[in-house]
Amino acid sequence: MSPAPRIAVLAGGLSHERDVSLRSGRRVAEALRGVGIEVSVHDVDADLVPALTELRPDLVWPLLHGASGEDGSVRDVLELLGLPYLGTDPRASRIAWSKPGAKTVAESAGLVTPRFVTLPQSLFRDLGAGRVLDAITTHLGLPLVVKPAEGGSALGVSLVTRAEDLPRAMVECFAYGDTAMIETAVIGVELAVSVVDAGDGLVALPPVEIVTDGPYDYDARYNPGRTEYFTPARLTPEVTARVADTALRAHRALGLRHISRTDLIVDSAGTIHFLEVNVAPGMTETSLLPQAAEAAGYHLGDLYRRLVLAAVDSPSESR
Amino acid sequence: MRASEIRALFAVASRPEVVSLAGGMPYLEGLPLDVIGEMAQRVIATRGTTALQYGSGQGDETLREQILEVMRLERIEAHPDDVVVTTGSQQALDLVTRLFINPGDVVVAEAPSYVGALGVFRAYQADVVHVPLDQDGLVPEALEDALTALAREGRRVKFLYTVPNFHNPAGVSLSAARRPQILEIARRHGVLVLEDNPYGLLGFEGEPLPALRSLDEDGVIYLGSFSKTFAPGYRVGWAVAPHAIREKLVLASESAILCPSNASQLAISAYLATCDWRGQIKAFRELYRERRDAMVGALAEHLPRATWTVPDGGFYTWVRLPEGLDAKAMLPRAVTARVAYVPGTAFYADGQGSDHMRLSFCFPTPERIREGVRRLAGVISSESELVDLFGVAPGDGGTSIESPSPDLA
Repeated sequence: MSPAPRIAVLAGGLSHERDVSLRSGRRVAEALRGVGIEVSVHDVDADLVPALTELRPDLVWPLLHGASGEDGSVRDVLELLGLPYLGTDPRASRIAWSKPGAKTVAESAGLVTPRFVTLPQSLFRDLGAGRVLDAITTHLGLPLVVKPAEGGSALGVSLVTRAEDLPRAMVECFAYGDTAMIETAVIGVELAVSVVDAGDGLVALPPVEIVTDGPYDYDARYNPGRTEYFTPARLTPEVTARVADTALRAHRALGLRHISRTDLIVDSAGTIHFLEVNVAPGMTETSLLPQAAEAAGYHLGDLYRRLVLAAVDSPSESR
Repeated sequence: MRASEIRALFAVASRPEVVSLAGGMPYLEGLPLDVIGEMAQRVIATRGTTALQYGSGQGDETLREQILEVMRLERIEAHPDDVVVTTGSQQALDLVTRLFINPGDVVVAEAPSYVGALGVFRAYQADVVHVPLDQDGLVPEALEDALTALAREGRRVKFLYTVPNFHNPAGVSLSAARRPQILEIARRHGVLVLEDNPYGLLGFEGEPLPALRSLDEDGVIYLGSFSKTFAPGYRVGWAVAPHAIREKLVLASESAILCPSNASQLAISAYLATCDWRGQIKAFRELYRERRDAMVGALAEHLPRATWTVPDGGFYTWVRLPEGLDAKAMLPRAVTARVAYVPGTAFYADGQGSDHMRLSFCFPTPERIREGVRRLAGVISSESELVDLFGVAPGDGGTSIESPSPDLA
């Protein structure tokens, strides 16, 4: 393999997170160019397959967030084209992309995750919305978090503290997708732990602690200043080690590759709750993985180059 | 849903798969680009040392004379000295607001009002008070009541901001009968009128109505633009203001930008001098009328439970959604269905408007407009089902002002 592989970054797509993806893609592309790597950036449209077929890059880095970018389908196409790519394979992506699916796998692997139910919109229609919502609050209690079963960047996510706010939260959630996941809201320290394989095996980067004035929603994520981040998180060494271990276990249990970010909450008793995992973590200027990498002493361009080289050396397995 | 979430959703609207009824870009394929290209080349070749040089803060004198000719179509009589050329009329809006508004001062505006103006007023911490409009534009009685109430409260009203022709977003025009009434009320209350008129020459039938400025020289600051009648890329607009204000506008503009682009001004000046600009405007009017017809026809066919304004010009129609729907909450679903619009909340400073959406018909072809409305009908039907299921009422839109960036189709 040549020392400077040619990389094709995929960014954009038609998901609700297009904007974030474009920004992630630009950031990564610039960081890689800064360390002398040749990068082209491509949107996911009718031109993509011919472009990749002609270019035959040494590696494709999908920085697509949401829908086909994270649910495995674009990765399926990369496999069909025989193009090596950075990140998780389609099958594991599909499971990780589904929040209930990821929680179920994490639970089987011995991780703790908030109690939850997954309900399609049609069920509310068939059984009567009021009855189902009553059953939810009775069974799971309050506060609750309502999220689309699939999707990122907290789009369509609401924290519900009063039962009368639940119907509106359901409407906002179903505007993004047909299935909702409703889980018990755990109060505690919110953390994001990125895991990377930059050639020395899997490493958990320092946890990032997220403190928001209000919910850590889309606005808080992408507008500098609305959220305070502590990197590394203000945790004891013992909790930090357990948090890192949890993220690594989630990464392995879900069969993820090269890069992931796991979102967790540590409650006041010190229990670590697994929330969700991202196979295409955000890479924008306010995103969590770049912050964690810098806190760990990495130069971003160097880290991305090492990730790329490691991925080029471990070609994707076909499944 | 938070405001910037809305803005992020618009990112998808620029993709060709999405029918965007959200933007406000004029349809420039209607322009004779080859002719304009040759003209630009001639300007640089023959007048390059002027075109590429700094210019006057007030704007090129020849262009200011030509602007008088444009304004005469709306019966405005002015002197070239009264005109200040700006970087789009948006800059004039900014300058006027900067000159007049101290934090907490009141700006009275239509309900709804142009989102770009609300953004400026907000930046200068003005307090926007909305006054209702109807099919004939701003309602004089409502304006009278609002100004009286504000005076009673001891509030300082600095100006009335109005888009009298083919309103953005409402699509209506202030009737000829109401124009003197509105001016009389403003005068009596000592309130200046800021008349924003980018669409006035783009009426689909009849002659343009007389501008407010043509009825009152001292009480009106008039804003005009070449962005909709010619091309927004040149960024040339203008203000016509009473003498004392105009001097201050020039100084404020110089401190902000030194001078408007000479290259743009000379190009527009050459266009006005050598091209059939009146014919071009007529061609645009016909093009947009056809698109308006496509929009209104498709709405009648696909959205029988909604109501909308039928504009006699301009770019937009203002649609009231069926009972119970929230345009902002519905937008993600629309994006999934590959159609985009601007939720009505963007056009209010106080969170109203969630039951409306603005649909633009300026950029997409008639066929795409029909397809977009068809998709929208599916979105509205699914959302109605959802809202009925959970029995929720539309929410408050919050007070942030969010709209697509200007380069959205």
